[in-house]
Amino acid sequence: MAMIRLEGVSKWYTPQFQVLKDCTLSVAKGEVLVVCGPSGSGKSTLIKCINALEPFQAGSIVIDGAKLPDPKTNLPKLRSRIGMVFQHFELFPHLSITQNLCLAQEKVLRRGHEEAMAKAMMLLERVGLTAHAHKFPGQLSGGQQQRVAIARALAMDPIAMLFDEPTSALDPEMINEVLDVMVELAGEGMTMMVVTHEMGFARKVADRVVFMDGGEIIEDRPTEAFFGSPHSARAQTFLSKILAH
Amino acid sequence: MLGSLDFDVITRSLPYVLGEGLRFTLTLTALATVFGLTLGTILALMRLSGMKALSVPATLYVNLMRSLPLVLVIFWFYFLVPYIGQFVLRTERPVQVGAFASALITFSLFEAAYFSEIMRAGIQSVARGQAAAGSALGLTYRQLMQYVILPQAVRNMLPVMLTQTIVLFQDTSLVYVISLTDLLGAAATVANRDGRLVEMYVFAALIYFVISFGASLVVRRLQARMAIIR
Ligand SMILES: Nc1ncnc2c1ncn2[C@@H]1O[C@H](COP(=O)(O)OP(=O)(O)O)[C@@H](O)[C@H]1O
Ligand SMILES: [Mg+2]
Repeated sequence: MAMIRLEGVSKWYTPQFQVLKDCTLSVAKGEVLVVCGPSGSGKSTLIKCINALEPFQAGSIVIDGAKLPDPKTNLPKLRSRIGMVFQHFELFPHLSITQNLCLAQEKVLRRGHEEAMAKAMMLLERVGLTAHAHKFPGQLSGGQQQRVAIARALAMDPIAMLFDEPTSALDPEMINEVLDVMVELAGEGMTMMVVTHEMGFARKVADRVVFMDGGEIIEDRPTEAFFGSPHSARAQTFLSKILAH
Repeated sequence: MLGSLDFDVITRSLPYVLGEGLRFTLTLTALATVFGLTLGTILALMRLSGMKALSVPATLYVNLMRSLPLVLVIFWFYFLVPYIGQFVLRTERPVQVGAFASALITFSLFEAAYFSEIMRAGIQSVARGQAAAGSALGLTYRQLMQYVILPQAVRNMLPVMLTQTIVLFQDTSLVYVISLTDLLGAAATVANRDGRLVEMYVFAALIYFVISFGASLVVRRLQARMAIIR
């Protein structure tokens, strides 16, 4: 059964500018989907729509039974069930690492502080950052911050994780420490939708690859088939550009 | 000339000038800051809400307040508040609120306009992605503001907020127009009664200076402690 299902989703930022054009796709439970495409093709907008961070004007999205758009859907609750990792980490700079991990557990899930703290420390150990628990985000490297951001999302026990170019703001030597965490997560059966240009990662863990251009889903195919012979000329051009170096 | 000065007048009048005058000034400043900041934050959130029904009235209010001289507003409110109270509470007679309550309401409403501009700039100084990150974790709008956006906005705006509070501290001296006795008023009363104008006005100036300057030192240290590590 599909964990996330998009049906004909269209979105306009202005009446003249349609950013998403009739996007249909589904992600099964435990599936890893990689989304790629040129800058400005609507990838970020698409995953923000799934997390109800952006409204859309046509079509529908169903996530584990919760429907969008639907006035009866409790948006904060829906968002709390989907983990999201951003390009620029977006840790809360005025809170310590543990406070970053505990805030939503306590305020949204109403966990007690002890329980939230235990969960936070367990996740920090998992991403290898126990020693930095008391620090503030500004004292960590980009790679470390992104691992904290992943831990913060996991602390909510999400049913799926969305990643928006999680490594593209990182120095090259830090990319792998973040990808390693994501590979491990995929191995554990987490449902994931990852916007990335890391094609090595895509080949290794993605079940399917979606290629977007101009707000449209141009290709949606099993990973091997996508890399073996992308059908569209646009996907071929795109791949040759990013695989060139 | 200096020989004819009598600084004993200061010692003699200390209980009155500090105990009544300064206490009044500090009380009014503190309460008006708390209320002004609260209302100012609400106004800032209204202006940034993206909803016309909220942002237009808030914008009108802020711009109106900021284009009127404070002394005029104090005077006006002194006469108007009883009638507004009558209208709101539907009583038969104008509601007597007293000069202090009237001054407090006036300063709170007036300062709210300035604090709202400060908070608006503060909220806008918080990176856009922060709101998305908070929402993505399931925080409600209120929780997002309370735990993520406003704490950062306040830290970013602390120096400007202090400057505004010092201006307010000094502006409270305008309550003389409605015959309230603040620090300056108390000093002036003694000065006139005892014919010691120079001594009393120098003394009053010294107190304003020490408190304003001291406050800025305290906040500079506070700011270093609260600063966001980047
Ligand atoms: N808030 C917005 N208002 C107007 N246009 C936007 C907004 N956000 C993004 N866009 C535009 O929508 C298009 C798709 O953006 P985005 O989803 O960020 O693409 P991608 O993530 O694939 O680079 C771009 O042309 C971008 O300029
Ligand atoms: Mg993007």
